[in-house]
Amino acid sequence: MSAQAATSTAGSTQTQAQPLTYADDAIRLFTIATVLWAFIGMAAGVFIAAQLAFPWLNFHEWVNFGRFRPVHTSGVILGFGGNALLATSFYVVQRACQTRLFGPQWLHITMFWLFQVVLLSAAGSYVLGYTQSKEYAEPEWIFDILISVRLLAFLVVYVGTLVKRKEPHIYVANWFFLAYIVAVAMLHTVNNISIPISLFSLHSYSVYSGVQSAMIQWWYGHNMVGFFLTAGFIGIMYYFEPNQAERPIYSYRLSIVHFWALIFLYIWAGPHHLHYTALPDWAQTLGVVFSVMLWMPSWGGMVNGIMTLSGAWHKLRTDPIMRFLVVAVAFYGMSTFEGPLMSIKEVNALSHYTDWTVGHVHSGALGWVAFVAFGAIYYLVPRLWRRTLHSIALIEVHFWLASIGILLYITAMWVSGITQGLMWRTYDENGFLLYTFSDTVAMLHPYYVTRFLGGVLYLAGVVVMMYNLFRTVTGPIIARTSSTPVSAPQAGLTPAE
Amino acid sequence: MFNHGIIEKSTPLMLLLILLSLIVGGMVQIIPLFKVESTIEPVSGVRPFTPLEQIGRNIYMREGCYNCHSQQVRPFRDEVDRYGHYSLAAEGVYEYPFLWGSKRTGPDLARVGGKYSNEWHAAHLRNPQSVLPESIMPAYGFLDRPLNYDDVELHMRTLRFVGVPYTDEGIEAARDDIVAQAFPDVGDSGALRDRYDGAPLGPFSGNVDGDVTEMDALISYLQVLGTMVDFTSFDPETMVQGQEVGR
Repeated sequence: MSAQAATSTAGSTQTQAQPLTYADDAIRLFTIATVLWAFIGMAAGVFIAAQLAFPWLNFHEWVNFGRFRPVHTSGVILGFGGNALLATSFYVVQRACQTRLFGPQWLHITMFWLFQVVLLSAAGSYVLGYTQSKEYAEPEWIFDILISVRLLAFLVVYVGTLVKRKEPHIYVANWFFLAYIVAVAMLHTVNNISIPISLFSLHSYSVYSGVQSAMIQWWYGHNMVGFFLTAGFIGIMYYFEPNQAERPIYSYRLSIVHFWALIFLYIWAGPHHLHYTALPDWAQTLGVVFSVMLWMPSWGGMVNGIMTLSGAWHKLRTDPIMRFLVVAVAFYGMSTFEGPLMSIKEVNALSHYTDWTVGHVHSGALGWVAFVAFGAIYYLVPRLWRRTLHSIALIEVHFWLASIGILLYITAMWVSGITQGLMWRTYDENGFLLYTFSDTVAMLHPYYVTRFLGGVLYLAGVVVMMYNLFRTVTGPIIARTSSTPVSAPQAGLTPAE
Repeated sequence: MFNHGIIEKSTPLMLLLILLSLIVGGMVQIIPLFKVESTIEPVSGVRPFTPLEQIGRNIYMREGCYNCHSQQVRPFRDEVDRYGHYSLAAEGVYEYPFLWGSKRTGPDLARVGGKYSNEWHAAHLRNPQSVLPESIMPAYGFLDRPLNYDDVELHMRTLRFVGVPYTDEGIEAARDDIVAQAFPDVGDSGALRDRYDGAPLGPFSGNVDGDVTEMDALISYLQVLGTMVDFTSFDPETMVQGQEVGR
């Protein structure tokens, strides 16, 4: 983006006859849903973590671990993450394009309710036993069709807004949001092709079987991480971090390179979920090579995110919203180093099927995805509701509860995962396996208790956030309207060209 | 340096380039897998699931067993010692979809078939801690309820549509086959085994007096897992044995 474009950012409204107003009603709804789903999804996570430590909590078929785990994963990924991406991308695309959201307001509101109804009914269907049994693609065929409709509407609204933008350039955050929407639409459609046994039954059969279904599922599964939880949230980072820091993005050139490298390379990494399985070796090898290459564009994003704070490092000390956003990027750097490491076949031989994988996912999910979303929510709520934040001190409390929670979680999972992986492969001096499977399960108990406590702390942080935001939106209104562009600082929209 | 501004200023161009970047990897990795000859070893013995096993598989999916149990033995000394022969792609051709799993909170089940008695499975499912005190598995006593197989023909026809070679005769006999597998003394288990070679026979759950139960279906599925291929005549070097298995 040119310097001229950046100037017009602040001045464009004055030159228009009709002052520009943004369509923010749906964004307020998506923001509320983000916070509620954070609580629902993470509470479900704490519950299933408790079940692994205390199995008597599996007291009814509806809440048995096997049926309830997808309530957690869908709740946090689709519910919390999905609503956060809708809220932030609709907010960012209007501001960075200096135009009102494409399409009538009823369409945005309908998208909102359709999405919430699908999420709630899919969660209900898991509990009643309806699932496609593919991880992160559990919803049955009818929900998949509704999700496709919602994704199509998302794409239309988003691209429509880009097309009618008043800025000459598409801002970098919107490249990532666009890649996320296109990729998820493609992944969701291809992986979920299935035939219902009848139009009046929720039950369906995948058209893919065995090794093909495994490859397609993990092409989907890995890239839900790559595009839903990474590209989309990098889009959030590229708007909210420079705006909160009031600094331009560190390197415009780096953002170009790491964007194209990231979206091209990520798609290939899926087979690292299938190492040493019946998937052909050539596909596994491609998975390793691309996963290791992916380290570089991932760290490109991390460098750009952290260095954007150049000259404003003191804000880490004084501004807990900034700290959420920057610590998120640090966790992103850590997980995207750990990921390629675990994709190497010799490491994967130890880590796969153990809690190490669970810990890795959660360092990314709790540390990166949720932290950057929390930072964006704390940025958004005062602006969308025209209120001042109720308490900065409570954001500090949230930050430290969450950080300690993550540390307990991931250290417990590292120790339990590596220990169990080593126990499985230990032989005694006579050449017999030293440990029964049950021995290794008994060893896990203290780590599962620790992980549960970490989850409780993290969830407590979310409850503090809910209280803080509730007091914020019910507090006194401030005069300036959020729907006029001048209220949001736009410094971050100027890349160092 | 190349002027990225051209892409940034055009929504259609950016959309197109994103789409192109996204489809390459998937196409290279997925499409060749459908060339079955190079993906799936020619071994004999792999057959479609019996109606009871398939419904049992659906219960395995419904209860989310795959969240804690993998079904894929890797070619490592310790895994082969612990679980049995490493898994082959050919063993998954009738699995719609695969249930390889990603986590072993409990042990791998790819070769659990025939390792334990039907009675052990029933006792373990009803109260896992009664046979394995360290277990953290939920109790599945609620599966001791009548199995609903009213729509078994719909299931089999849909599976045939996606690629399982069920015959009209096999679909017509589905209800008889379910009874015959669960209660071989009552039904015609000979006809069942003509259609489905080596099908494990009940009684599975010990509920012999009443209906076929969900527990029966699940145990029949567990008992067939990993037993279809005869590894005494399987040569991993050449991977040639008998006729080709595939669709």
